[in-house]
Amino acid sequence: MIRVVLPQHLRTLARVSGEVTIEVNGPATQRSILDALENSYPVLRGTIRDHVTHERRPFLRFFVCTEDWSHEAPDAPLPKEVASGAEPFLIIGAIAGG
Amino acid sequence: MSNVRVLVGTRKGAFILSSDGKREKWDVGGPHFAGWEIYHLKGSPADPDRLYASQSSGWFGQIIQRSDDGGKTWHQPGSAANEPPEQVVRPVGESNKFVYDASEQSGKPLTTHQWYDGTQHPWEFKRVWHLEPSLTEPNTVYAGIEDAALFRSTDGGQTWKELPGLRGNDTGPRWQPGAGGMCLHTILLDPSNPKRIFIAISAAGAFRTDDGGKTWKPINRGLRSQHIPDPTAEVGHCVHRIAQHRSRPNTLFMQKHWDVMRSDDAGDNWREISGDLPTDFGFVIDVHAHEPETVYVVPIKSDSEHFPLDGKLRVYRSRTGGNEWEPLAKGLPQSDCYVNVLRDAMAVDSLDSCGVYFGTTGGQVYASADAGNNWAPIVRDLPAVLSVEVQTLP
Repeated sequence: MIRVVLPQHLRTLARVSGEVTIEVNGPATQRSILDALENSYPVLRGTIRDHVTHERRPFLRFFVCTEDWSHEAPDAPLPKEVASGAEPFLIIGAIAGG
Repeated sequence: MSNVRVLVGTRKGAFILSSDGKREKWDVGGPHFAGWEIYHLKGSPADPDRLYASQSSGWFGQIIQRSDDGGKTWHQPGSAANEPPEQVVRPVGESNKFVYDASEQSGKPLTTHQWYDGTQHPWEFKRVWHLEPSLTEPNTVYAGIEDAALFRSTDGGQTWKELPGLRGNDTGPRWQPGAGGMCLHTILLDPSNPKRIFIAISAAGAFRTDDGGKTWKPINRGLRSQHIPDPTAEVGHCVHRIAQHRSRPNTLFMQKHWDVMRSDDAGDNWREISGDLPTDFGFVIDVHAHEPETVYVVPIKSDSEHFPLDGKLRVYRSRTGGNEWEPLAKGLPQSDCYVNVLRDAMAVDSLDSCGVYFGTTGGQVYASADAGNNWAPIVRDLPAVLSVEVQTLP
């Protein structure tokens, strides 16, 4: 079980509160987590990464165990704490705008 | 007695303002989609309870929302409405998918346009500026997007397909973004001819199709824009808004970057009707519901000073189809007013005494129940208003 923390606006869209939990087949990577997340919550397609290219949207960042993984390869294995559910996969909106 | 529903899109959510036909007391509903930019929301003429909304964010991109009950509840098309969250059939996730058509079948429309510096730049989807529901079919709706293209959904907004003939127009490489981006902001569906659609793009100009969207041609003859290298070029004009009266679909009124214009031949030729306006820069333009020669604009000081002249907010009305304009100021602030009125932020109702409505970047929505003679704010302190639409309900 993998824990994912969404920004407030995406929790509203997905009609969830707090963390969401998902199951991932195979290694826990950014791509496998986001694939599973979008499969469980299709309304989130296009809101975290581009619909077609699957590139991360520019104003979003991914954090794991206090480290920024936004610029790591999408298929790079994430720390075991994420796969075990000890630590969440954080999707964070950049602080910008008014 | 009829009712009126005013649909307001703002920088931080959508609001629905409701009144009876007297238009004296208003209920303010919202914010819907709080915290998101709502560029536009509009109801279907064929089913007034069917509303479409464009919800977007710099962080999370585009969302399309739909209501089937006049704005009481909303959902992303493809999901079920009016069900508890745990029972909702989740959307399939395609309602916000706007992918430019570059297929062989459609002739592989070009994939670059002119950038600010004159170089070619790839088309990149940013947001939906305007949603125009079909006049006859509630499940059919058009979307004008940035970077400029026209999309259509025939399944109530669940999926979208580009009408690629517009972007494939030979002039496409010369289209360029205005200060607000390269947006397709105006869509007029001809009530007398289902094959004819008018659209406008900043900064490319106006275009028309006569075959239901397969092919398009620029309709900018007569426009003069001093800020472009060739002031009478076929494209490159910053058209801010076009308006039309249902009874005279070949007559179009245009608020251009500078200049108020008129065409009586479906856009083939335009002539200036700025006349005695104190300034002919502005964004909105609209036509009285029952008087096709009565036109409204809100003059703005200049392209570098987007606020009313002398701090006085005034609507100008022409009862002669242009050239002769009268200021309408009763009930509007006449000192220290420095708001703007954006291109999609004026609308009229169709009650016997035509109501006129507009919203400002200061968050006020003003209404006149007597065709502009007297004005009063419905609300004063919304977020900056991006769009105003009106539904006249039985």
